[in-house]
Amino acid sequence: MSGDLRKDGVQSPGGGWGATHAGDQQHDLQPTHFQFDAESNAEIEKILARYPAGKQASGTIPLLYVAQRQMKRQTGSAWVPRVAMDAIAARLGIPPIRVYEVATFYFMFNTRPIGRFHLQVCGTTPCMLRGSDDVLRACKDAGHLKGYGDTSPDGLFTLTEVECLGACVNAPVLQVDDDYYEDLDYDRTVALIEALKRGERPNPGSTIGRQTSAPEGGPLTLTEIPVVHARSGAGE
Amino acid sequence: MAKVVVDGIEVEVPNGATVLQACEAAGKEIPRFCYHERLSIAGNCRMCLVEVEKAPKPVASCAYPVADGMVVKTDSPMVRNARRGVMEFLLINHPLDCPICDQGGECDLQDQAVAYGMDRSRYHEPKRVVKDKYMGPLVKTIMTRCIQCTRCVRFASEVAGVPELGATSRGESMEIGTYVEKALTSELSGNLIDICPVGALTSRPYAFVSRPWELRKTDSIDVQDATGTNIRIDNRGPEVLRILPRVNDDVNEEWMADRGRFSFDGLKRKRLDRPWLRVDGKLKPVSWAEAFRAVATKLKATAPDRIGAVAGDLVDVESVFALKSLMTALGSANLDCRQDGAAIDGSRRDFYLFNSGIAGIDRADALLIIGSNPRVEAPVINARIRRRQVAGRFPVGVVGPVGLNLTYAYDHLGEGTATLRTILDGTHRFAEVLKNAKNPMVILGRGALARPDGAAVLAAAWAIAKAADALRPDWHGFNLLHHFGGQVGALDLGFLPGAGGKDLGAMLNGGADVLWLLGADGFDPAAIAPGTFVIYQGHHGDRAASRADVILPGAAYTEKDATYVNTEGRAQRAWLAVHAPGDAREDWRIIRAAGEGLGVRLPFDDLAQLRAKMIEAVPILGQPFAPRGCEDTTGPAGDVAGLSAAPFALPIAQYHLADAIARASDVMAECARTYGEVPALQAAE
Amino acid sequence: MALSDKDRIFTNLYGLQDWRLPAAQRRGNWDGTKAILEKGRDWIIEEVKASGLRGRGGAGFPTGMKWSFMPKQPSERPHYLVVNADESEPGTCKDRDIIRHDPHTLIEGCLIAGFAMGAHAGYIYIRGEYYNESVVLEAAIQEAYDAGLLGRNACGSGWDFDLYVHRGAGAYICGEETALIESLEGKKGMPRLKPPFPAAVGLYGAPTTVNNVETIAVVPTILRRGGAWFAGFGRPKNSGTKIFCIQGHVNKPCNVEEEMSIPMRELIERHAGGVRGGWDNLLCVIPGGSSTPLLPKEICDTVLMDFDALREHKSGLGTAGVIVMDKSTDIVRAIARLSKFYKHESCGQCTPCREGMGWVSRMMERMVEGRAEVEEIDLLEEVTRRIEGHTICALADGGVWPVQGLIRHFRPVMEERIADYKRRHAKPAALPLAAE
Repeated sequence: MSGDLRKDGVQSPGGGWGATHAGDQQHDLQPTHFQFDAESNAEIEKILARYPAGKQASGTIPLLYVAQRQMKRQTGSAWVPRVAMDAIAARLGIPPIRVYEVATFYFMFNTRPIGRFHLQVCGTTPCMLRGSDDVLRACKDAGHLKGYGDTSPDGLFTLTEVECLGACVNAPVLQVDDDYYEDLDYDRTVALIEALKRGERPNPGSTIGRQTSAPEGGPLTLTEIPVVHARSGAGE
Repeated sequence: MAKVVVDGIEVEVPNGATVLQACEAAGKEIPRFCYHERLSIAGNCRMCLVEVEKAPKPVASCAYPVADGMVVKTDSPMVRNARRGVMEFLLINHPLDCPICDQGGECDLQDQAVAYGMDRSRYHEPKRVVKDKYMGPLVKTIMTRCIQCTRCVRFASEVAGVPELGATSRGESMEIGTYVEKALTSELSGNLIDICPVGALTSRPYAFVSRPWELRKTDSIDVQDATGTNIRIDNRGPEVLRILPRVNDDVNEEWMADRGRFSFDGLKRKRLDRPWLRVDGKLKPVSWAEAFRAVATKLKATAPDRIGAVAGDLVDVESVFALKSLMTALGSANLDCRQDGAAIDGSRRDFYLFNSGIAGIDRADALLIIGSNPRVEAPVINARIRRRQVAGRFPVGVVGPVGLNLTYAYDHLGEGTATLRTILDGTHRFAEVLKNAKNPMVILGRGALARPDGAAVLAAAWAIAKAADALRPDWHGFNLLHHFGGQVGALDLGFLPGAGGKDLGAMLNGGADVLWLLGADGFDPAAIAPGTFVIYQGHHGDRAASRADVILPGAAYTEKDATYVNTEGRAQRAWLAVHAPGDAREDWRIIRAAGEGLGVRLPFDDLAQLRAKMIEAVPILGQPFAPRGCEDTTGPAGDVAGLSAAPFALPIAQYHLADAIARASDVMAECARTYGEVPALQAAE
Repeated sequence: MALSDKDRIFTNLYGLQDWRLPAAQRRGNWDGTKAILEKGRDWIIEEVKASGLRGRGGAGFPTGMKWSFMPKQPSERPHYLVVNADESEPGTCKDRDIIRHDPHTLIEGCLIAGFAMGAHAGYIYIRGEYYNESVVLEAAIQEAYDAGLLGRNACGSGWDFDLYVHRGAGAYICGEETALIESLEGKKGMPRLKPPFPAAVGLYGAPTTVNNVETIAVVPTILRRGGAWFAGFGRPKNSGTKIFCIQGHVNKPCNVEEEMSIPMRELIERHAGGVRGGWDNLLCVIPGGSSTPLLPKEICDTVLMDFDALREHKSGLGTAGVIVMDKSTDIVRAIARLSKFYKHESCGQCTPCREGMGWVSRMMERMVEGRAEVEEIDLLEEVTRRIEGHTICALADGGVWPVQGLIRHFRPVMEERIADYKRRHAKPAALPLAAE
């Protein structure tokens, strides 16, 4: 039998997703219990109302989000411990393994603790063509990160390579938690990370002042549409 | 019906059949890994691709429905190319470790690789390595060999009803396992080994023991529960190395319970392999002649009505018939086969059979379970109940302990006889459920009869079935679920107190001076009155042997040609796989020889003669099995009025230690520790 | 003859205006919806058929025909509309703009489409990463409820229609319609075997139609202005307007709604400021999202942006994500990165995709370095052929086409890379040996 472990890190244990998706739930950071708090419970009620009677299993992904957000609220780290998956299974009346499967299948659920800010660099071709290598380098330099899968020593940042974020005309893109920062380069990425360190949260969107997905310098179409309700902050 | 042409052969298959079924009807074998007749269709391995005319791509025949006029090719260049491709992909990350793989020689992947594989690998990248998983003491995992067919996941969820296995993560990182390491909590876990098409899930006890071509295979019957599971015993020389289920759609389909499958190491331990005689209070090894002499001396000196015989749970009908013949010849009517004291009414066969038949479960449309946990009493039957329930419209009600996990949904109606009364008088809602059903079933656990008001419970269960119109010529809905493979056969032979005879209780309480225990380990021997001379005939030094004055070493079920009758009344034949160890002999021969010493010549010199006599006495044992309807709704002897208030208790608390063979098995001891049936220290001995 | 603003459906594509209901209504959304519904199911489906609208999610299936597959006779099973907002095909970011800037085009479309297929409930499955977009969408839906446009007696039409948002969680495969349904049911996004198709057995086992966001969002305008109006744009069978996402090595990447069948060069030069360094600096273009094979410059010079023209060149319109690469591009690396994407996004269900994508990806990584033998290019091609067409869904097909396109058009580059590697490593390069 081969003792080879893959060079690209795809060897097991547990899925080989890198730090945020180790798959193997047996790490010593697992808490021993988890209970939905009042805010989560209120959310869950709203969520489950969306699905027909008896189809509450549809709530699996939404409840994993609820748990991940609650962990972020309570611990500063957005992740889903195994006991939370069990709580979800109990709440939905489904076998725990079905929740484990879902939690490890979908990339956005972190099965290990992550840093306070989750730096998600889009590395797929459209961003690669526009300089995602520089964004990665900036994240490593400014965030003191060794590479993908790493969490910075101060616990502020976890770095993950993600696949196409669907903002390709504003490439390259860095997603920080839920927010997209677009049209980045090395310097602007460093500036963003420095701002996060200072406790600031720059407005998401284009970092060069572009009007969303319009061409740089201003829209070439839709210029004849009368502006009926100007949006604050819109424009170049 | 749809007409389908497969490789030029026209076949007719039912509408809704799959292309794969059509191909099989045409005699074309379609390779497959993920597809399994008794599991849901996954369609993921892609090995069964065939060409369907006018379809742009090859289709997965296991999942694709036939259409009238469809033209299928199973051996076209497109098909061969597709299968070779799939085979190559399966092998690139599969370790080529066949020489050290326990699946070797009976591996689907290996077999198909011969047909569709290449003689060398074109894959020059690093291969995947997957961490092995712990699934308990029975199933060994080598997950790098896994081809992600998900048969095991589907088996666990669909058949065993323990949704504990899953495929976590995704893509090439997808892994089969429990995620949270734990032993699978199923009594059917051994079947995972059978359905795994590769060497990912193999038998832990059988690890590195043997190769399939070294084994001699003998058909037999599992006696360690009353299902009558058809099995195959694999031995090499004198040793049983493994036990596998055989297919019998009416009984066990192709499944088998873990205790029957894995406890055979108990056949090598604690065996009685020579006669023993108690001399000056101590058991001493003796010759057969000495043992028989002691037996003869004692029996001759004892009045017939002071002699008693008890048949055990795992006994074959031939031995029981021989013993009954001997007792009759000696003039004793003190016979009993109800070690548990169950108030069985042996006067009519349908009072003690699982009359609907195991396959009848498929036809039932409501079920009441009284005082039974079929999951541990008959795991394979329980899986059938589960499948029936998953199919829909099958209400199940349970009267018994709270909190049983039967692996399917049920309505807990109550814990005791009060509930039976309300069902009986029609005031319980479940009485209505049973009445509205076309084929209602009542399953009464044998354990529910092993109590002082057992006869009343039996009568009540019968009356409930009768009230639900479940006792009809075309449907017999009354079912008694026995626990072991020898129980029904002994009842069929009438191994019960004869006219003026004593039952077990009476025999124990000073009613007998000599007790002949034929494999009877099912009761506490401390209950035998002091001074009673005990002849123990059997194969294991279990509970009773230590109390014996004479030990006559017999053969286990693997060591004799014998007949067993399962809970539904199906007589099935088992064959000798290995010879009994040492001086142990087939039981009917021992009894016949003992008779000689007493001057009793039993009227058979060989097994064929014995069987002829036996069938003459009990013709049903010679007839092919067919479930019978109910011709006479007159109930058994008990009186419903005698119901006590006691809640039902379940007899099998330790699934893995429920019989003498299992209690001698290290594998079962480890299971018992793993599943918390015994404290860790106690079972370690 | 570029599309004029008056013929643009998504008049707030760039978010220059407010997305909220009052502004949307002033832009014409929700105008006469009740009257449209009153014309009935058959009229709606016929009009959509007449418009020639083909699905905007990549496969290009005629929308009106798809709707007509839903059972006509009501049964005890409900019908469902499911909107595919799991926009994850690399190079595609059009639905995002519709959702965050023009959500009412989508919501109104949902009501109409739901009505046309007999559905009282619709789910919009939006990719999990579009969190902020989902917040806008949920707010817009709430506005519609508050204004009586959704819910009981929606728009006063007598039709009850509920619309819900369901977020995915990071899985490209959930853009495949049956994987999406599985995911919506709370399971892993593993595509289902077909048949049965969703129109027969879909969400919760009920008849279901899954449509892309853009497909649904253009419907209200089509019905207001007539199928013929929409069919007037583009070539026959390729009709309508379409949002293009122009990106990569262009001077001004952008999204733009244009007429179908617009020449690629015109699209790039008119709207995206042209190729970086001029048209002659163009190397190749991936015309319709990552799954569509690249086209070298010679083809790009003249090719039209529609389903049929691109198919003629063994590529496709896909999602109309136009990825432009200039001559500075390491084309092998650009495609290798796509292989990595597909390896990462394979659900793992089917053998050829689960095992094959990793193989392809690893070989492509070596091709980037040139650490390979020339014959391995043939092996690579053969492996992609062994994957293609042998799986439950089309992810694997889409995953190998880019590699096939690379080999088809840039084989000399790959060979040169290998030769160069050999030159630099004078000793014969030791290949990693397979484990056994």
